[in-house]
Amino acid sequence: MNEGKKMRVLMAKPGLDGHERGAHVVAHGLRDAGFEVIYTGLRQTTAQIVNTAVQEDVDVVGLSILSGAHLSLSQKVIDGLKNAGAEDVMVIIGGIVPDEDIPSLKKMGVREVFTAGTPVSEIANFITRST
Amino acid sequence: MKITKTVENSWQSLVDGVQAGNIRAMARLITQVENREPGWKDAMKAIYPHTGSARILGITGSPGAGKSTLTCEIADELVKRGHQIGIIAVDPSSPFSGGALLGDRLRMKKIFTLKEVFIRSMATRGTLGGMSQAARDVARIMDAFGKDVILIETVGVGQDEIEVVKTADRVMMVCIPGQGDNIQALKAGVMEIADLYVVNKADMPGADEVMADIYAMLELSSEAGQPTPPVLKTSALKNQGIRELVATLMADSTESNRHDDKEEMRIKEEIFSLVEDEVLRFLRRRWEENGEIAEAARQMIEQKKDPYSIVAELLNQFI
Ligand SMILES: Nc1nc2c(ncn2[C@@H]2O[C@H](COP(=O)(O)OP(=O)(O)OP(=O)(O)O)[C@@H](O)[C@H]2O)c(=O)[nH]1
Ligand SMILES: [Mg+2]
Repeated sequence: MNEGKKMRVLMAKPGLDGHERGAHVVAHGLRDAGFEVIYTGLRQTTAQIVNTAVQEDVDVVGLSILSGAHLSLSQKVIDGLKNAGAEDVMVIIGGIVPDEDIPSLKKMGVREVFTAGTPVSEIANFITRST
Repeated sequence: MKITKTVENSWQSLVDGVQAGNIRAMARLITQVENREPGWKDAMKAIYPHTGSARILGITGSPGAGKSTLTCEIADELVKRGHQIGIIAVDPSSPFSGGALLGDRLRMKKIFTLKEVFIRSMATRGTLGGMSQAARDVARIMDAFGKDVILIETVGVGQDEIEVVKTADRVMMVCIPGQGDNIQALKAGVMEIADLYVVNKADMPGADEVMADIYAMLELSSEAGQPTPPVLKTSALKNQGIRELVATLMADSTESNRHDDKEEMRIKEEIFSLVEDEVLRFLRRRWEENGEIAEAARQMIEQKKDPYSIVAELLNQFI
């Protein structure tokens, strides 16, 4: 059963906001879609996220951000991955992101932004298509 | 953080990378070996001569006993003592989706950015022998990288998980207050493999009762004259009893006899598990290709034969 490659996803919450529910729902949903999800909970520093992504050799880092600090946090994670030689890891964002920030996020290397309320199946399909 | 260059993916360059101390190479090689991608056995052959110096500790116990929190505290203490740590945190795969939620890292944040620590979460992915072999392989890769203490955390409920911790040099069983009734139930299977008992959450009432239950159980199950395993109290949450625990875990084994037996048993288990894997793969491929398995299935569907006779006939050519 289940031989061969498994898609691995790190679900992380950088920053200070304490709302875990969204990330939790997505983590469970991706598990049910057949992914191996590494879940690290609230309040991760970007250095912790990068270290975890490298050690766990994930294909995808999903950042859940509700605090409004998405631009600087995403930039730090993407830079950190690049410094660690892991720039091929796909970064996606979920949470509360104003539409006008999406182009800047994509320009810095974020592959997709899923705003709050996106069905998990959509996220799962996106990951499957893009990796 | 250490800067590691993007790595090539051939197993040879990954093995070189592991020996050169490249973290990304180690992580990548672990993935390839875990997935049993082409070349994994060659990679492990190249890794093997560089292994054998790490001490492998298995940490098991019922769900929520505090294994991850304890693993984190143990690792932190070992780093202070100058050790290089590898952690393998095993969680079950969902039998329905094949996916897994790997949450042990939640309790290990404190050590995420220590350069001495490398943590890898692993899902069981279904097969019993397969998982313990994969865990053993991952531990060897960490060993070859230079990790000198490797902690393997598993939930100690199913046979799979017991198989996994059996690959360790020493196994620590984590119990908690209020679990007294369970101690008896645990006796079969799990208790024999533990070299050390820890009553965690000793900051909560009832720790002494569980200690007493464990002592009573050990008294019943040990033979006269044999040393009984140590029983220690900890609070991973309040960082109590950790130093004593680490000292005990790292103390040299005095029960060398028992250890040699164990070592031989372990080697045999590993050989059988690898053989089983190879033989099954071989037979699957062969019988799918030459149609024997399809023919056998057809005969059963038409109710001409029973499965026992079919297996006997299929194996006849080898035995
Ligand atoms: N009071 C108390 N709580 C503890 C202690 N150690 C761990 N906990 C808590 O117990 C809960 C479970 O801890 P984990 O470390 O995740 O336990 P685990 O055995 O790894 O859990 P699984 O991997 O899910 O089986 C958490 O809420 C911890 O904070 C302790 O010594 N005392
Ligand atoms: Mg755990």
